[in-house]
Amino acid sequence: MIAAKFNVWRGDTGGGAFTTYTTQIGEGMVVLDAVHQIQAESAPDLAVRWNCKAGKCGSCSAEINGKPRLMCMTRCEDLPLDQPVTVQPLKAFKPIKDLVTDVSWNFAVKKKIKPFKPRPPDHQDGTWSMQQEDIDRVQEFRKCIECFLCQDVCHVLRDHAKHDEFIGPRFFVHTAALEMHPLDTEDRLSELQKTQGIGYCNITKCCTVVCPEHITITDNAIIPLKERVVDRFYDPLKKLWRKLLGKS
Amino acid sequence: MTTLQTAHPSGLGATFRRDRWWAKPLLVFLGFSAFIVYSTWAAFQGDHYHFGNYLSPFYSPELFGDSPHALFGGKPGWWPAWLPFSPALLILWAPGGFRFTCYYYRGAYYKAFWADPPACAVGEPRKVYLGENSLPLILQNVHRYFFYVAFLFLLVLAYDAWCSMWFAGEGGRESFGIGVGTLVLTTNVVLLSGYTLGCHSFRHLVGGVLDVFSQSRARKKCWDCVTCLNTRHHLWAWASLFWVGFSDVYVRLCSHGTWTDWRIL
Repeated sequence: MIAAKFNVWRGDTGGGAFTTYTTQIGEGMVVLDAVHQIQAESAPDLAVRWNCKAGKCGSCSAEINGKPRLMCMTRCEDLPLDQPVTVQPLKAFKPIKDLVTDVSWNFAVKKKIKPFKPRPPDHQDGTWSMQQEDIDRVQEFRKCIECFLCQDVCHVLRDHAKHDEFIGPRFFVHTAALEMHPLDTEDRLSELQKTQGIGYCNITKCCTVVCPEHITITDNAIIPLKERVVDRFYDPLKKLWRKLLGKS
Repeated sequence: MTTLQTAHPSGLGATFRRDRWWAKPLLVFLGFSAFIVYSTWAAFQGDHYHFGNYLSPFYSPELFGDSPHALFGGKPGWWPAWLPFSPALLILWAPGGFRFTCYYYRGAYYKAFWADPPACAVGEPRKVYLGENSLPLILQNVHRYFFYVAFLFLLVLAYDAWCSMWFAGEGGRESFGIGVGTLVLTTNVVLLSGYTLGCHSFRHLVGGVLDVFSQSRARKKCWDCVTCLNTRHHLWAWASLFWVGFSDVYVRLCSHGTWTDWRIL
């Protein structure tokens, strides 16, 4: 056991300050354990959102030493404990209290994305047939646990607060999962280009770096969607080709 | 205890990150800058770009020029008198444009040259942000057209690598051989192929546009191959960038007589 210091943000919408707590760190402890220990020992009113402690619910997202991470998946022994560990709430969302932010904007955005619209069933019992190779690509996107770390690290939301014009990496992944689904027949490209701001993404790949599920967000979701948008709106030869074929 | 407005300071470089977040953008800045400076200098030289059967990739295809590799003769009459002539100036826009609009390079130079952002979760210097949503950066969407041209350049460079295996002998007869320059130019086309054929736009065009792969197995195979290269696109990008510069250095120094081209076969 060693004593470690944690600089934890305490505050709400009106502002706040970092408070330094000292607690004992044992083998295998994660930052969420340390925060719970601080709650138990010296700050019972410290607000923190958590649920599964297994990196699957996406609740305990925070910024640890400046990096967006899941508190339950960040081992204390992997941090330099000779200096205080900084624990902050997510920057891209409004603070509620201490380490808890209001992520409801994400759920509002999700409602605006056109839902799954499958083709008519292949069989009389109302089911479809799919090949595994057709579904492999979108299964990666289904791993998302909605921790919103990718949203937090994206500078379009984080630094430029374009929440009204840009849906963020999480929902490009969601859109890609729908748009590339072999059964889906809906068209979401117009919204991607006009109202969901895919053009704001400048491919920093920060979303991919922080994803705890290791989804290759930029290369497998965002860039393929950008290319589909180019097909539709920016490629003159593709436009000509569609006109020749009589497709709108 | 001092009360703050926010848990997150803003402004250039503002971050609580403890690692050397500045090292990667700095290395990218230095690497790209070195290449841009050298390639610009080399492009304006207009000489020492060929040595026997070797032609520098900065000058290939040589459309007009004084070397035996020139396709359409010497300096064209329409070339402006005020602009120094170099065959490289006629063609370097193509590979330059391909790299400039490349998805990997875009992400890298937005960080290293424009601090937009300087690194992940690090503060930026500007409040206004347009991204690639409007002019001028919306023009990056032209990338696939540069890919088409870059693909043609690959064929030309592959031909150059083939030519580098045929050395002039006695009586003007050409004979097969391998020199260090052959290996340099062949490695160059291999690395450029790894980079170009792993392009995100190519990945889309070859199969990514499909939702149902099982209806086009050939395209699925192609997509798998491009995806394989694409997962290491950044490594191919750097390796090919370095090697294309080195290939020019090699041919240039051989032409100067500074280096001797050793024959292996």
